[in-house]
Amino acid sequence: MSKTYFTEEHEWISVDGDIGTVGITDYAQHALGDIVFAELPAIGAAATKGKEIAVVESVKAASDVYSPVTGEVTGSNSAVADQPGLINESPEENGWFFKIRLSNAADLDGLMDRAAYDAFLKGLE
Amino acid sequence: MRYLPLTETDRQAMLAAIGVQDTDALFRDVPKAARRDAPVDLPHHASEMEVEARFIAMAGKNLSAGCAPFFLGAGAYRHHVPATVDALIQRGEFLTSYTPYQPEVAQGTLQYLFEFQTQVALITGMEVANASMYDCATACAEAAAMAARITKRKKVILSGDLHPHYRSVTASTLQFTDIEVEALDPDPLGMEDLIGRVNGSTACVIVQNPSFFGRLKDLKALADECHAEGALLVVAVAEPVSLGLIASPGEMGADIVVAEGQAIGNALNFGGPGLGLFATRDKYLRQMPGRLVGQTADVDGRRGWVLTLSTREQHIRREKATSNICTNSGLCALAFSIHMTLLGEEGFTKLARLNHAKAVQLAESLAKVKGVKILSQSFFNEFAITLPKPAAEVVEALAKKGILAGVPASRFYPSYPELAEVLLVTATETNSEADIAAFAKALNEVL
Repeated sequence: MSKTYFTEEHEWISVDGDIGTVGITDYAQHALGDIVFAELPAIGAAATKGKEIAVVESVKAASDVYSPVTGEVTGSNSAVADQPGLINESPEENGWFFKIRLSNAADLDGLMDRAAYDAFLKGLE
Repeated sequence: MRYLPLTETDRQAMLAAIGVQDTDALFRDVPKAARRDAPVDLPHHASEMEVEARFIAMAGKNLSAGCAPFFLGAGAYRHHVPATVDALIQRGEFLTSYTPYQPEVAQGTLQYLFEFQTQVALITGMEVANASMYDCATACAEAAAMAARITKRKKVILSGDLHPHYRSVTASTLQFTDIEVEALDPDPLGMEDLIGRVNGSTACVIVQNPSFFGRLKDLKALADECHAEGALLVVAVAEPVSLGLIASPGEMGADIVVAEGQAIGNALNFGGPGLGLFATRDKYLRQMPGRLVGQTADVDGRRGWVLTLSTREQHIRREKATSNICTNSGLCALAFSIHMTLLGEEGFTKLARLNHAKAVQLAESLAKVKGVKILSQSFFNEFAITLPKPAAEVVEALAKKGILAGVPASRFYPSYPELAEVLLVTATETNSEADIAAFAKALNEVL
């Protein structure tokens, strides 16, 4: 059974065993507007918690996506590369960015769960 | 409103407000020795007629390109610019418009930039070109940085064939980055081994074709080697008219092409402004610096133009932008584009053939002069010769005879005594047979 965590930079990571799936939140896609391009990491790339790993571009801005955990990239979502609008339509499911093998499960400790993230968003209003 | 708003009363009021006796007191911290105690010795104002007469007398000291047989090149080329070019670029809509930050109301500007990009992509043999850079030298530096971004490697190799200005601007621009520049020695005979230097840490190799010394090169093997090692090949072109005749860098496998566009539609203008051309492969589009115009359709399906992929640029992406350049050499690009349009594909090829024919004629004439040796085995419209005397002296002697003979290599490479007798000479469509004969005759006299 997977569990989903959130960062203050509006990434989510859904973890199943030692594999996490990473994307940006509905709040993030909404703030960015129409997304036109996503630059995804190559399989095998090393990701460091808190460091930029992908780029997402909308008609308004280009933003870095930070890796919520340290690990090795094991997959990237070609559907998003072909059809970046998927990130707007289904940010927290079909619009995922990449999969990562966690080096250290303790990386998840500082992240928020759904309830904490919702409260965090309320604080941003 | 007064043009000079500060009266003596204003000044006194300001000084009183900050509690200072006089203006000199504001400069107290400047050491006395560095301060000027008397006014600058400038001439008094003169009437418009006097100024004009004085400037005409000063200009008369120049031997200008249009007034003498002219054989200079080395990065700036004299070609005929049709009167239409100047007449059109001086229309107010073009002349006074700035980079289109509100693109939707600048459709005319965007359309000509789109056409410019198309022309640049076609002549370089590449898939995409931007709306121009400042000049070839800065474009070279941008290409090196772009190659480092794409390959995630830190080493760029500059061929000794690269124009020394491009080389020095590239090195200056990159000196405070983590990119390492390996610049090879000048190579008039084309002996350097670039292929042997490319390895798994090379971001790119930058070569020039035709070379600074005029030599034409087949870059296919170098391109293959670069690609085998995961490096990019950047080709610089100083004389874009050559592209009407020789295989394009794209055909030979270049990943990025940079060029100096001055030679097409733009005069020599005492050395500037230049026009940087920048083209690359579609797959590297998002790493390309600079303005990019795209074609689109409005809500009614009519053709229109936009600035596209602006998220690469610094006005949107700030410090993460692909480059600090956020503008383009619009008016020079327009002149280029108008001249190219007037020439058309056929005219462009004809112009290139004519240039080569003139250069061959020049080489044949100069080769007959005692003591002159043609160094370049193959060339387009420019080649290197060796003289039995220092080239700089020969150029001076010929200038006294009213011939602008070429550019001594020592002007760029003063610390290479082996290049002291090397002279770069160029012939274009502007050189008549009489010019060429006069050059050969005068050269014979001064040697």
